[in-house]
Amino acid sequence: MTDMQKLYLLVPLAPLAGALLAGLFGKLIGRAGAHIVTILGVAVALAASVVIYQDVQTGNTFNGTVYTWMTTGNLTLEVGFLIDSLTVMMMLVVSFVSLMVHIYTIGYMHDDPGYQRFFSYISLFTFSMLMLVMSNNFLQLFFGWEAVGLVSYLLIGFWYERPTAIYANLKAFLVNRVGDFGFLLGIGLIAAYAGSLDYAEVFAKAGELAAQDMAVTGWPLITAICICLFIGAMGKSAQVPLHVWLPDSMEGPTPISALIHAATMVTAGIFMVARMSPLFELSDVALSFVLVIGATTALFMGFLGIVQNDIKRVVAYSTLSQLGYMTVALGVSAYSAAVFHLMTHAFFKALLFLGAGSVIIGMHHDQDMRNMGGLWKYMPVTWFTSLLGSLALIGFPFFAGFYSKDSIIEAVHASTIPGAGYALFCVLFGVFITAFYSFRMYFLVFHGKERFGANHGHHDHHGDHEDEEPSADHHHGLAPGQKPHESPWVVTLPLVLLAIPSVVIGFFTIEPMLFGEWFKGVIHVGANHVGLSEMAENFHGPVAMAIHGLQTAPFWLAMGGVGLAWFFYMVRPDIPAAIQRTFRPLHALLENKYFFDRFNEIVFAGGSRQLGKGLWKGGDQGLIDGIAVNGTARLVGWVAQISRLFQTGHLYQYAFAMIIGVFILLTFWFNLG
Amino acid sequence: MTGLPFLSLAIWVPILGGLLVLATGSDRNAPLARFLAMLVAIAGFLVTLPLYSQFDASTSAMQFVEILPWIPRFNINYHLGVDGISVLFILLNAFITIMVVIAGWQVIREKVAQYMAAFLIMSGLMNGIFSALDAVLFYTFFEASLIPLYLVIGIWGGANRVYAAIKFFLYTLLGSLLMLIALLYLFMEAGGSFNILDWHQLPLGMGPQTLIFWAFLIAFAVKVPMWPVHTWLPDAHVEAPTGGSVVLAAIALKLGAYGFLRFSLPIVPDAAQAMAPMMIALSLIAVIYIGFVALVQTDMKKLVAYSSISHMGFVTLGFFMFNTIGLEGALVQMISHGFVSGAMFLCIGVLYDRMHSRNIADYGGVVKVMPKFAAFFMLFAMANAGLPGTSGFVGEFMVVLGAVQFNFWVAFGAAITLILGAAYTLWMYKRVMFGVIGNNHVAQLNDIDGREFAFLGVLALCVLAMGLYPYPFTEVMHASVNELLRHVAVSKL
Repeated sequence: MTDMQKLYLLVPLAPLAGALLAGLFGKLIGRAGAHIVTILGVAVALAASVVIYQDVQTGNTFNGTVYTWMTTGNLTLEVGFLIDSLTVMMMLVVSFVSLMVHIYTIGYMHDDPGYQRFFSYISLFTFSMLMLVMSNNFLQLFFGWEAVGLVSYLLIGFWYERPTAIYANLKAFLVNRVGDFGFLLGIGLIAAYAGSLDYAEVFAKAGELAAQDMAVTGWPLITAICICLFIGAMGKSAQVPLHVWLPDSMEGPTPISALIHAATMVTAGIFMVARMSPLFELSDVALSFVLVIGATTALFMGFLGIVQNDIKRVVAYSTLSQLGYMTVALGVSAYSAAVFHLMTHAFFKALLFLGAGSVIIGMHHDQDMRNMGGLWKYMPVTWFTSLLGSLALIGFPFFAGFYSKDSIIEAVHASTIPGAGYALFCVLFGVFITAFYSFRMYFLVFHGKERFGANHGHHDHHGDHEDEEPSADHHHGLAPGQKPHESPWVVTLPLVLLAIPSVVIGFFTIEPMLFGEWFKGVIHVGANHVGLSEMAENFHGPVAMAIHGLQTAPFWLAMGGVGLAWFFYMVRPDIPAAIQRTFRPLHALLENKYFFDRFNEIVFAGGSRQLGKGLWKGGDQGLIDGIAVNGTARLVGWVAQISRLFQTGHLYQYAFAMIIGVFILLTFWFNLG
Repeated sequence: MTGLPFLSLAIWVPILGGLLVLATGSDRNAPLARFLAMLVAIAGFLVTLPLYSQFDASTSAMQFVEILPWIPRFNINYHLGVDGISVLFILLNAFITIMVVIAGWQVIREKVAQYMAAFLIMSGLMNGIFSALDAVLFYTFFEASLIPLYLVIGIWGGANRVYAAIKFFLYTLLGSLLMLIALLYLFMEAGGSFNILDWHQLPLGMGPQTLIFWAFLIAFAVKVPMWPVHTWLPDAHVEAPTGGSVVLAAIALKLGAYGFLRFSLPIVPDAAQAMAPMMIALSLIAVIYIGFVALVQTDMKKLVAYSSISHMGFVTLGFFMFNTIGLEGALVQMISHGFVSGAMFLCIGVLYDRMHSRNIADYGGVVKVMPKFAAFFMLFAMANAGLPGTSGFVGEFMVVLGAVQFNFWVAFGAAITLILGAAYTLWMYKRVMFGVIGNNHVAQLNDIDGREFAFLGVLALCVLAMGLYPYPFTEVMHASVNELLRHVAVSKL
């Protein structure tokens, strides 16, 4: 094993070691011990990733096996690493954001009794996510895929006494399982038709697969594979209609909302599709499917962000919408733009979530924006970094989000794939909506009248579980007269460190990532999907792009959104209320999240329980046990009852029966003979 | 074959040891009985280890063969041997026996010697089933193993134990009577041989094959159990003491499945091929129908019992697709299910010992007072839901891959377990473990002690090891599985 290979192993194993130490020996090493070992583990992973990044830059890639998991039939299933530009970018993003979140957690979870457990979980998550992105085969991908799902489940339900939290985590796991159902079938199809689960081997056979139809169903094979895989991505990356778990996942502590439900895990689906570009490129049907789903998510989830009052939920819906943007990029074959947006989004969305968390700390765990306002005075660092994050999110020129989002919009514009027109409308209108809800939040939280302290004890979750009892250690809110305060340095330092890339990363990386050689040989774009390469011809450097951006529709749409938010929430706060009254049915539709939850609860959850009851009471107890089993027993009993009558014990009756019997037998005997 | 007769040791060490434990008599000597039982169980496990370490994975031939005349007049022999299909079950069985002895250590206070002896003897008999190559010997072990389990349920069981024990006994006994007829028919056809391996080569017409297949099917389907002859299992589990449930789920259910591989497939391959669509349909019904039924159970043990049936549906599904990955997946699933279902029943036992209730509604918030237990239970629940990294994933994954190869719609049906399995397991976990503490009884629960930590910890290691590195498990199977599939593909007509 070369030194480099040892380093590859070190990247996931260091966080795993931290997780195990903090998880198994949490009591022994104490709170400080727990955060020291886990932070050390993730820091080692980040440092190693940086070294690997430099190595990859010099052109060294790696594709090899760590160990053979199992062999069966003609399949060899392995655990191994594929280290290339895409992997190393993900490794850097994951380990950097994770490190920030680890540090932040020291402050955020300071008083929580589950301190060590929390650190153990987030380190375990980092391990799983790294295994996912570093995998060189579908099996390990699925391993990481499910492992991050497990940790997400554990963390959403971290406060296990809250009914909403344990409802949300079960929901998240099950909805993800629906996606995994498709994902597993996709992997099965690959194994069955390509005879391998190794990326390189499968990609080498992609052309062969594209020429085949499936046995039995007769569907075009490659389309079936891609759609199945994408269903997995829809679960993990929360695309409509499998998005329902993500808003509820906000029940988990804020650091994990940032790490798992914004920056990294939810982008696993995007990463996966980008990784599978050699397959997706061969099916326009699958790409159109991806595009339409993504566009729908991008716009319609954005609408929901407008009506939320819980600060975390606004950010959650914006995450959904941004994931939609990434998916749109995948659909128009702009994989590198999707991954680029994934990266910039990881920074600014982690920043926004951690900023929201800082606000929540400052507000003593009150998350309702209606109780905030004017916080900029009290929390200057949080305020300023959140402003930067918001500007990045809405795609303000020169900010990271501008470069990635604008590239996506341009790519959609250049695409000719069916559904591109709809997608273009969605992403453009989505820019306006994004800017509106982002600055609605920004103004409500940081500017305007100070509303805290007045409305003590009021909290509205906008969930379906209003019966929740406020537990003692969360949701207090500020007492009258109390002022919010800036968070400690362990909280603000990560904000600052995340704000830097949120501002500048796009400027420095757009050229190599989108138009340069960075993803050469990693991401494949078919000759018929030329969007990005056309854009490359018109690209004259990031400065020119930003200046040009000032004259384009997306910029003015975004400014319109900001302006409207300013007018509605700073100048005339009576207007939103009036609109809400006037368009009550529309508001109800948004308030109820298009009734997805209600539908799922009644049809799927309720239906399953009804079906289960029916099969149990009707099938098992009624038919099988009631009629067949106990019925047989009763029949035997009944026959015995009857036959008992013959055993009278009277000799003459027996003799009589014998004579009758002999008589019948003789009759037969003679007649037959 | 040189060296010690390890198969005989695997059978007779627990049986004779069990008799020795029985000899300690009344409960005055309970500590001695426990100690002795532990020794015997460990010895019984140790003698099976060479079966793996000295196993030659390159051949599909029977290994560790022992053959002695038993009833020469009917050409009945004491004929033992294992191949890659059966060897792991002997190890699993011996291993689970140790778990059961530990699990019953403090919990069983009445008739301790008899309890321990019943399990030890049962363990030996089951090893006999997995290694017998003579049909009469097989049948003897097969029927004899019913008796200890019947007694365990009937004596140490719950309130409704007599109904459950009789239901269990009659169900399985009636099933195996038809098998006896089939065995006698084959004896005649084979010119007076009870050698199972001879029968594998015996040419048979389609008519007899079909009848024999049905006779075996009824016997084995009841044991597995397959839908619709499964209703004895939830009752038996609910009434059985924890150890009984563990052996029932971990080992006894495997006997029927093993029977398919040793008898139905190789002896009547044409009938097996012809019946495969029906078998696959029944398996899918078990996976899906039972999955829904499991969802609505209010009794933890019943829920896990139904989940067992659903998981065994994967096993029979894997058998009848006749591809390597499916069949090996089914075998892996059987081993894994031994660990996982055993562990699930032990977890429920841990709760039951404290609360004397299996009712989900009587719990809530247990994680707060039993954090160590909660971690173990979570691991096993996830394994039950087939999470990658645990053993529960490996078999399901392989069978689904095999199913895609076989027919996409079958795979579609089978993969639904991904959702259902997670739904019923985690919903139960949520109601039992999470939430605010349900009542005063829960508030006073103590976390697991060293003894409980030991058996849950060992099983946790097994579940993880098999999930992370299943290579050693599948490696021993290849030769035998491939030979079996090759054999099944050749018509006997």
